[in-house]
Amino acid sequence: MKELNRRLFLKSSLAAGAVTGTGLLLPKAVLAKWPANAFHSSTPDEALEKLLGNAHPVESGAIKIKAPDIAENGAVVPVSVTSGISGTESISILSTGNPTPLLFSAKLGPGAKGFVSTRIKMAKTGKVVAVVKANGKVYQASKAVKVTIGGCGG
Amino acid sequence: MKKQTVAALTAGLLIAGSALANHKATDSTPAEDLKLYRDYFMKKFPGVPLNEFQNGVYAIDKVSRDSWEAIEEFPPYEPMIEDGEEMWNTPFKNGKTYADCFPDGPAQRKNYPHWDAKRGMVVTLPMAVNECRVKNGEKPLKWAKGPITRILAYMAYESRGQKTNVVIPEGDAAALAAYNDGKSFYFARRGQLNFSCASCHVESAGQHIRADILSPALGQTTGWPVYRSKWGELGTLHRRFKGCNKQVRARPFKPQGRQYRNLEYFLTHMSNGIEFNGPSARK
Amino acid sequence: MAKSSIKIRAKEKGGVVTLKTLITHPMESGLRKNKKTGKLIPAHFIEEVTCEANGKKVFVAEMSGGVSKNPYLSFKFTGAHKGDEVKLSWVDNQGGSDSATAKIR
Repeated sequence: MKELNRRLFLKSSLAAGAVTGTGLLLPKAVLAKWPANAFHSSTPDEALEKLLGNAHPVESGAIKIKAPDIAENGAVVPVSVTSGISGTESISILSTGNPTPLLFSAKLGPGAKGFVSTRIKMAKTGKVVAVVKANGKVYQASKAVKVTIGGCGG
Repeated sequence: MKKQTVAALTAGLLIAGSALANHKATDSTPAEDLKLYRDYFMKKFPGVPLNEFQNGVYAIDKVSRDSWEAIEEFPPYEPMIEDGEEMWNTPFKNGKTYADCFPDGPAQRKNYPHWDAKRGMVVTLPMAVNECRVKNGEKPLKWAKGPITRILAYMAYESRGQKTNVVIPEGDAAALAAYNDGKSFYFARRGQLNFSCASCHVESAGQHIRADILSPALGQTTGWPVYRSKWGELGTLHRRFKGCNKQVRARPFKPQGRQYRNLEYFLTHMSNGIEFNGPSARK
Repeated sequence: MAKSSIKIRAKEKGGVVTLKTLITHPMESGLRKNKKTGKLIPAHFIEEVTCEANGKKVFVAEMSGGVSKNPYLSFKFTGAHKGDEVKLSWVDNQGGSDSATAKIR
């Protein structure tokens, strides 16, 4: 009986395209996890609704965003978010001026602190919005960032 | 012809207090130039130590400095330095390595560019790298981007802290001519927009051009190769020369051709005493 | 042999590990056009980055092509110490992946 199950298991994983080293096909189940509908949303409200089920997070002063007032190059904008809200489970980052505003969403596992830092692309001047999910509630803060067109091919 | 160009342009450049604009290439010696440029920039940007000019715009603008520091803290060019190190350590098909051409190691920035009296030309580091390759039966690498930038990134990284020390050998008329050729190029207006390098990087250094801040000429040669966010990769100094020429809608010259090598000779000399700090990140 | 696309810096101080990573990846959003051909460059970006410390998933970041090329990521966590191993892996929208491990200093 066990033997039969084992053979079935191998067969199904091969059919799905099992991993045989880096850079090759992965089981569809893994790829399906990526929340395409949220990342493809064209407004922040829609993205948050799809991602967190809540399009209207509460403003919170306990979320600190570090981002430049003026982004030298919209292609590389360093952003750091620190959440002082206890029980922070996830931190998401949106750029309101981008065609698809949701750029990043991190799920914090056991022991992870309410902090994330990354570099994002900002299509134009707008707000960097940080959204925190904690204890079933959703909070947000934002920072205005100017994205400029350089004069030197920038 | 070059003397005429410079004289003609200086007549048009009536910048009060800018002694730089009002002289011909041959009016001052390299040593006098060095003092002139340093004094000019240190007066223009008081409080900025000489060596700090190695950071370009970030030495003079706090707003952009913060995000630049955030990027330099774990810079995107770091993997390329390692790639370059691997290139340095990988033998050519004939069994030799770069170390055979550069026996004192990869930290070569202080030695370039230099005047090669025998060949009667300015030799740059990328040139020396490719000559090493060709000498050992390998194909030369493209000048502006790609693999050459990685080995240059490694060599630049190893050279960090070395002081720029370009020498125009005394009594060598050909060397001085190459230096003055670079200097004339620097001050000559060109292109549809009719700017010279000096228009932006000397006279208007620190001012805005649309939303960019123009970096001072002093220290501009220390950080190469540069990972520009705009390029999303490393590029060489001559790649940037080309880009700048194109931006004023002037005909660009060939990377590692005579014009850009002489320009590099002049421009690097201006930064004598400032430490090399490549590779570096820029917007 | 393929080199790792992932660089990791993991330091522990006062019980908190700060992990910084730099990944080499084009992060094409699919919205850029090839200047020469005029055609859209196909989307090719990391969808998910996972960090495990001592076998536990500490962090899972999902992202789009809106994250900068050669992505940088930093986060902090407790529950691991100097000498422990962290593992970082990523998966992209074209089925590509890579992983790397490092010891916490």
